[in-house]
Amino acid sequence: MRQNNSITQEHTRRSKAKADGENAFKVRLSIRTALGDNAYAWDTNEEYLFKAMVAFSMRKVPNRETTEISHVLVCNVTQRVSFWFVVTDPLKNHTLPAVEVQTAIRMNRNRINGAFFLNDQTLEFLKIPSTLAPPTDPSVPIWIIIFGVIFCIVIVAVMLLILSGIRQRRRMSKGPTEMDDSEDKCENMITIENGIPCDPLDTKGGHINDAFMTEDERLTPL
Amino acid sequence: MEKARPLWANPLQFVFACISYAVGLGNVWRFPYLCQMYGGGSFLVPYIIMLVVEGMPLLYLELAVGQRMRQGSIGAWRTISPYLGGVGLASVVASFFLSMYYNIINAWAFWYLLHSFQDPLPWSVCPLNSNRTGYDEECEKASSTQYFWYRKTLNISPSIQDSGGVQWEQALCLLLAWLVVYLCILRGTESTGKVVYFTALLPYCVLIIYLVRGLTLHGATNGLAYMFTPKLEQLANPKAWINAATQIFFSLGLGFGSLIAFASYNQPSTNCQKHAIIVSLINSSTSIFASVVTFSIYGFKATFNYESCLNKVILLLTNSFDLEDGFLTASNLEQVKGYLASAFPGKYSEVLPQIRNCSLESELATAVQGTGLSFIVYTEAIKNMAASQLWSVLYFFMLLMLGIGSMLGNTAAILTPLTDSKVISSHLPKEAVSGLVCLVNCVIGLVFTMEAGNYWFDIFNDYAATLPLLLIVLVEIVAVCYVFGLRRFESDLKAMTGRTLNWYWKAMWAGVSPLLIISLFVFYLSDYILTGTLQYQAWDASQGQLVTKDYPLYALAIIGLLVASSTMCIPLVALGTFIVRCLKRGDTPPVA
Repeated sequence: MRQNNSITQEHTRRSKAKADGENAFKVRLSIRTALGDNAYAWDTNEEYLFKAMVAFSMRKVPNRETTEISHVLVCNVTQRVSFWFVVTDPLKNHTLPAVEVQTAIRMNRNRINGAFFLNDQTLEFLKIPSTLAPPTDPSVPIWIIIFGVIFCIVIVAVMLLILSGIRQRRRMSKGPTEMDDSEDKCENMITIENGIPCDPLDTKGGHINDAFMTEDERLTPL
Repeated sequence: MEKARPLWANPLQFVFACISYAVGLGNVWRFPYLCQMYGGGSFLVPYIIMLVVEGMPLLYLELAVGQRMRQGSIGAWRTISPYLGGVGLASVVASFFLSMYYNIINAWAFWYLLHSFQDPLPWSVCPLNSNRTGYDEECEKASSTQYFWYRKTLNISPSIQDSGGVQWEQALCLLLAWLVVYLCILRGTESTGKVVYFTALLPYCVLIIYLVRGLTLHGATNGLAYMFTPKLEQLANPKAWINAATQIFFSLGLGFGSLIAFASYNQPSTNCQKHAIIVSLINSSTSIFASVVTFSIYGFKATFNYESCLNKVILLLTNSFDLEDGFLTASNLEQVKGYLASAFPGKYSEVLPQIRNCSLESELATAVQGTGLSFIVYTEAIKNMAASQLWSVLYFFMLLMLGIGSMLGNTAAILTPLTDSKVISSHLPKEAVSGLVCLVNCVIGLVFTMEAGNYWFDIFNDYAATLPLLLIVLVEIVAVCYVFGLRRFESDLKAMTGRTLNWYWKAMWAGVSPLLIISLFVFYLSDYILTGTLQYQAWDASQGQLVTKDYPLYALAIIGLLVASSTMCIPLVALGTFIVRCLKRGDTPPVA
């Protein structure tokens, strides 16, 4: 009698784990894509681990702390690897509502992913959208900082150039009057080196420089 | 004693200034597009022919005029004939329009450069939607790089009528761009001469680095093979020849007065013939060099997209038929598809509409030009490279150098006539004149930072400096050859440089080049008239793609005004001078 009962129970449970049941979820794993050569094979032990992770997630939900691994049913495992699972409540003999399972899985998604070395894209729960990580937004956008730096450098350079231009122009407007005086002084100045006046232009008359004697004068004329 | 005209410190500065001005963004983002559209390797044939027949003679003419007259464009043309001062004025007006809208590109380059210092690059990922379960809708429909360009950078409105407000981030970048330009032109040739060493040489450094990186990327050879395979039948297409002529013409920046301005600061004995040949050759080789780099990047991007597309199909089939993960690869895809079609026909026909036909050809055939190439296609390729921040910084820094180099020429074209005129230079120092020009341009340029700013940018880009320039250069050639007299000009050049003018230049100036320009002009005019209403591409946020719309009436009026304001200067000033002369002759009684 008891055997019959357990067989009927098993049968009822299996029929609840029908694919397309409204509280069933399809799971899809892409182990080879994620791990390449380090991929592990999907066997019944991995299935057991999966059931354990689902049960663990359900236990975190208030009122469901008594969920056991045997309450999680897995069926239709394909080569892909993909399968359907459903969580049952044997006391009330029905499957847990999809919303509860969904919330539980969403909250523990990282733990489940970690147990299998996968991520949100390679371990997919088909009706459970994953919460995407928000992009890190620094308080001051980086581009404004760099903009500020370049802006300040350019402004300083412009100021420097304008100021030096103004100074140059002021010097030039004083310059021509000074230059006229110094030109007159030059003509009257005689360069004096070591106290001896130098005469750059010898205007006193011809001195013959013996070093530059012409060729025929060296030879005795005939 | 008259103040001496400032000169370039050495001829190398002049050559670099011309190269810096001529080698601009058009070499990087227009030439590769034309090459792709008009037959790849065979486009080089019309390009080189046009370079020799049209580019070199016109460039030599402008440099010679500037060097001989030793004044900016207005003074130079007024010296040639008092009735032709309008040509110079038209050049200045065209340059003014150009500098108004050109600097916004530098602002965008700054924006992207400043955003390149983040990890991950902001255009590589889509932002999340409000409840964080997926990505932003507009970003999903388009791509992350398109979203960053249209939404984050431009914040574009759906049509030109919705102007929206000024985007403060873009306005700040525009301000910075104008400050940098002001810094470079502040002291005239003194400062410009030193800056052009950087703006001329640095882009080549970056291009070489990119060439090495580009050629080593996976899939680069696909792009290069696609580009350089000549499609000889395109040689018979007149559009290929017309586009080659147009590209040479606009790439050298003729008719704006910048070349005249640069040459006016030369020593009179400079050999401008040699310089003209060098500058035009370098300009064209840079175009070809840049397109090699662009096509290796295209090849990489196309291969990457093709492989992603294949991976998506593989994933779709693996999931629908629960095949073993890793079983389907690119090599056995077709085979397995055939098997699945025969084994599970019902399910296969369900999945079939979602299977995209991935084709490397169609990825390579997406030809893009202009801002789309630089800010969407290149950024998409860069985000997939290793060390993408470095490549991004290098690329946008190069764009900045190219853009600022061209801006130096544009502003020189406006400032040289202003500083030449006694009225202005006696009242204001040249720093103040430059500052005023930059300020006015910056304030007007704020129009392009509004939400509809990109549409106005396209208007200016397409109409402000295209048709008027053809007319200006035509009048220039006719003026030099027939009004001033070719023989007189020849003897002036000989007296100035000491070299006789080659018969080739005389033949080109007197005959071939004017005919070419007239035919280009007629072609453009007939093209505009035949197309009827002018249309533009607007970004539709709900669909995530561009749609074509008609310009409203006031936009058409502004286009007409843009074209008319520069072209009308020529006849109006001629008429005005004629009237003033008649009045003067009427006032002074004839001497008995």
